[in-house]
Amino acid sequence: MTVRHLSQRRNVLWIAALVHRLSGLALAIFLPVHFLTLGLAIHGEAPLESFLRWSDQPLVKLAESGLVFLLLVHMLGGLRLLVIENLPWRDGQKELATIAAGLSAVIALILLTRLF
Amino acid sequence: MNVRLYVWQRLTAALMVPLVLAHVAVIFYASRKGMTAADILARTRGSIAWASFYGAFVIAVAIHAAIGVRNVLTEWSPLKDRSAGIFASAFGALLLLLGARAVVAVVLP
Amino acid sequence: MRLHVRPRRRRPKNPGKEATKESMSDTRSELTVSLWRGAQQGRYETYKVPWRENQTVLDVVTFVQRHLDPTLSYRFACRVGMCGSCAMTVNGRPRWTCRTHVSSVAKDGRLDIGPLENLPIIKDLAADMQPFFDKWQQAKGAFVPSQTRNDEIERIRPDSAARIAADAAIECINCGICYAACDTVRWNSDYLGPAALNRAWTLVNDVRDGANAVRLQAVAASGGCHACHSHQSCQELCPQRLNPTASIAGLKRRTMWAYLKGEL
Repeated sequence: MTVRHLSQRRNVLWIAALVHRLSGLALAIFLPVHFLTLGLAIHGEAPLESFLRWSDQPLVKLAESGLVFLLLVHMLGGLRLLVIENLPWRDGQKELATIAAGLSAVIALILLTRLF
Repeated sequence: MNVRLYVWQRLTAALMVPLVLAHVAVIFYASRKGMTAADILARTRGSIAWASFYGAFVIAVAIHAAIGVRNVLTEWSPLKDRSAGIFASAFGALLLLLGARAVVAVVLP
Repeated sequence: MRLHVRPRRRRPKNPGKEATKESMSDTRSELTVSLWRGAQQGRYETYKVPWRENQTVLDVVTFVQRHLDPTLSYRFACRVGMCGSCAMTVNGRPRWTCRTHVSSVAKDGRLDIGPLENLPIIKDLAADMQPFFDKWQQAKGAFVPSQTRNDEIERIRPDSAARIAADAAIECINCGICYAACDTVRWNSDYLGPAALNRAWTLVNDVRDGANAVRLQAVAASGGCHACHSHQSCQELCPQRLNPTASIAGLKRRTMWAYLKGEL
């Protein structure tokens, strides 16, 4: 047996970094699909319109809010990094990370209510 | 990651902040209005403004996402710098191609 | 000679108070301690060590080696929190064992102790610090003089911005805790690591140093400062309360401007 990598206490900033990475990956996977969908318009309005009707389902609307959450949390997390890297050091990074996640969730939830 | 990739990734990130905010605003607007494909395309077709906005967005995101994917590959997969770079570049090219096609699809009159 | 240790019973100071961690440990007379034995391949072995009021993790390891198993290998020197030699992984976190009280880390009287992570293991609890110091050199973490004894002594104002930045990061004693804690070190074998980059930052801010062109090249290359994701585990765990994340951010700024100006 090799020395087990005993898991260190996973704190807010570790979770923030993981969320940032996973949201980026999810968005990267989503983008080609998004572009292909929009590209339907090349064949006229009808294919795009039928896609929009398909996306009227509750589960799809939920997924769309989820995507907006991922986009916002990735951007806000990235902004926090830009602040760390380009402005004088400030403490309170855990608080900033939590606010970023909270704000993204709130906005995504607002969108969800508007979609229904 | 080295300084060159870092600069490109951070610069495209900074550029995309206002683009993302505008895009989310557009999503909110379109959801309120309950827009159909016809409504959307009526606004985007023949619009230099929308073409520039989303054109810039596509270029920036292709660069940004490719570098991000490269980082994840070098750290979480067995691929090393060179192979990861090739894979990531291919992914970036794919995003650029599909993205440009999407922009053309909605903007061409 | 066998050392006989009697568990001490402590009278609670406030009899009316509800049970504290210390009074709970009165009912326990020993710790269950798992120590890594072997090198990259090996196993955890369990020892029973007498519980004492006011003992450090280093005391525990020392007890095992002196009274239970003399074949145990571990490293320490000053045992008072000055040298950094006793750093090990304790219940999942890299710590100075001489400055870690058992009462603050042992849950239910259990301790899991291993060598520092992200480094090759020499034997048991002793990690090989060579890669750590190799990366120190790769980051150009050594002062390079720009003047001779025949020149005037450089006057450095302690309140200059550069000196304040250097002084904030200068107290590193190379204990390796930040390196062991860093996820990016674990994921990226090229990454120079928080300590090496932190030291490079202090030298970048040292107006006497003559090697900054080479140093910026070194930290701007693959595996340099740009690989840092600002998880801040280094800053959280540094026993000297240094902030390598901030130092690395400074290097990112410095190298970015040098690159944009065409100097890199």
